[in-house]
Amino acid sequence: MSETAKAAEVAVKEPKEPLFSKKNKALITDPLNDDNPITIQVLGICSALAITVQVKQAFVMAMSVLVVLVGANLIVSLMRNLIPSRVRIIVQLVIVAALVILVDQVLKAFVYDVSKQLSVFVGLIITNCIIMGRLEAFALANKPWPSFLDAVGNAAGYGWILIVVAIAREFFGSGKIWGVQLIPDAFYDLGYANNGLMILPPMALITVGIIIWVQRARNTKLIED
Amino acid sequence: MDVNKNSYTFAFSAILVIVVAAVLAFAAESLKPMQKENMRLEKMQNILASVKIEATPEQASSMFEKYIVDQKLLNSQGEVVTPSGITAFDVDVVKEFRTIDEKNRNYPLFIFEENGERKYIVPLVGKGLWGPIWGYVAFDGDMNTVYGSTFDHKSETPGLGAEINTNEFQDKFIGKSIFDNNGNYESIHVLKGGTDVVGNQHAVDGISGGTITSNGVGEMIQRTLNIYVPYFKGNQKASL
Repeated sequence: MSETAKAAEVAVKEPKEPLFSKKNKALITDPLNDDNPITIQVLGICSALAITVQVKQAFVMAMSVLVVLVGANLIVSLMRNLIPSRVRIIVQLVIVAALVILVDQVLKAFVYDVSKQLSVFVGLIITNCIIMGRLEAFALANKPWPSFLDAVGNAAGYGWILIVVAIAREFFGSGKIWGVQLIPDAFYDLGYANNGLMILPPMALITVGIIIWVQRARNTKLIED
Repeated sequence: MDVNKNSYTFAFSAILVIVVAAVLAFAAESLKPMQKENMRLEKMQNILASVKIEATPEQASSMFEKYIVDQKLLNSQGEVVTPSGITAFDVDVVKEFRTIDEKNRNYPLFIFEENGERKYIVPLVGKGLWGPIWGYVAFDGDMNTVYGSTFDHKSETPGLGAEINTNEFQDKFIGKSIFDNNGNYESIHVLKGGTDVVGNQHAVDGISGGTITSNGVGEMIQRTLNIYVPYFKGNQKASL
């Protein structure tokens, strides 16, 4: 008796998609590699160049984008049937701007020194193409859960590139990672010098370029004829 | 419901904007005390930095109390005034620079003391290329020789004008003097980047490529210290 009841329950549940179905998992994993917002879609490059001098800044930026993107994707997805299509872009902008201001205020209150370094770039999250892109391309047409996963995936895809670039730039540019000196003083005494060019914006572009190169060489899906 | 009707669109936009405004206003108000405290500590750090004392935000408050033994307010004639309910530290010189004309501004002076030696710290504010620049200059007990300085800016060009907040630039002021041998006010000029200033007591080398910001620094030093000259001279005489 209970067996059959259970079977019936399973039968009822079956049409519902499991939380981490293959499709849903792909929402998180795709942006990490095959569909990375920075290296493949080439979105959000401006901030990737500007705040990757130090790992700490890059990390805070990645976290801020994560919060904003998840929040915006969820809100837009929940309201997707209510938003008049004629004003949808401006509605998205208002939501993103509100979230960004919230993040900025919170940073100012709790991590003041970081917020000073990020200064204008927090505000520029509003114009980060990744966010508007995900809202327009995904959240407007999908349910909250997939939108949430999509946001996490894309923010993570953005974040890991940011942090890798920042590690390379901080290590070679200042001999540190997260403000901790890793290259011993003895090296400097022997004539080793930090590469000042790594601190300047062009090296971010070149570092991103190298990541794209490695990625394209290894990922057969991305090889164009 | 037709979400594309004009009336719906208007109503939707209005409600959205009101909700967003309410949320932001609430957040801004509730976080304000913490943000203000952060700014207060930063100001203390900056003042201490001009006398080469590095304080973390946690130490700033106690170190400030320990080292800054006196604060004074001057009027535009360089006379010490004591308006009620306001201390020199409360004066936001950047704000006053923007909103109050030169005659009515308050001019704060912080007096630092360590091992019986006094330094006089003057806040400065002026215009850079893109926005305000500000800083603190500390003078030795003779009220003539620069002991240390710190500058900062809002939006100067990174790598050019923004270099004013680096030690490299700030240290150039150390040891320079603002009065000439006859006791006349000469100020410290910031010359075009690359100029030879060896032996010149009243000039420092500006930033190459950051000429307008450098000029702004020179102008703010010249204009602001001019106000303090009567006070400095009065005290120099008194100490002779």
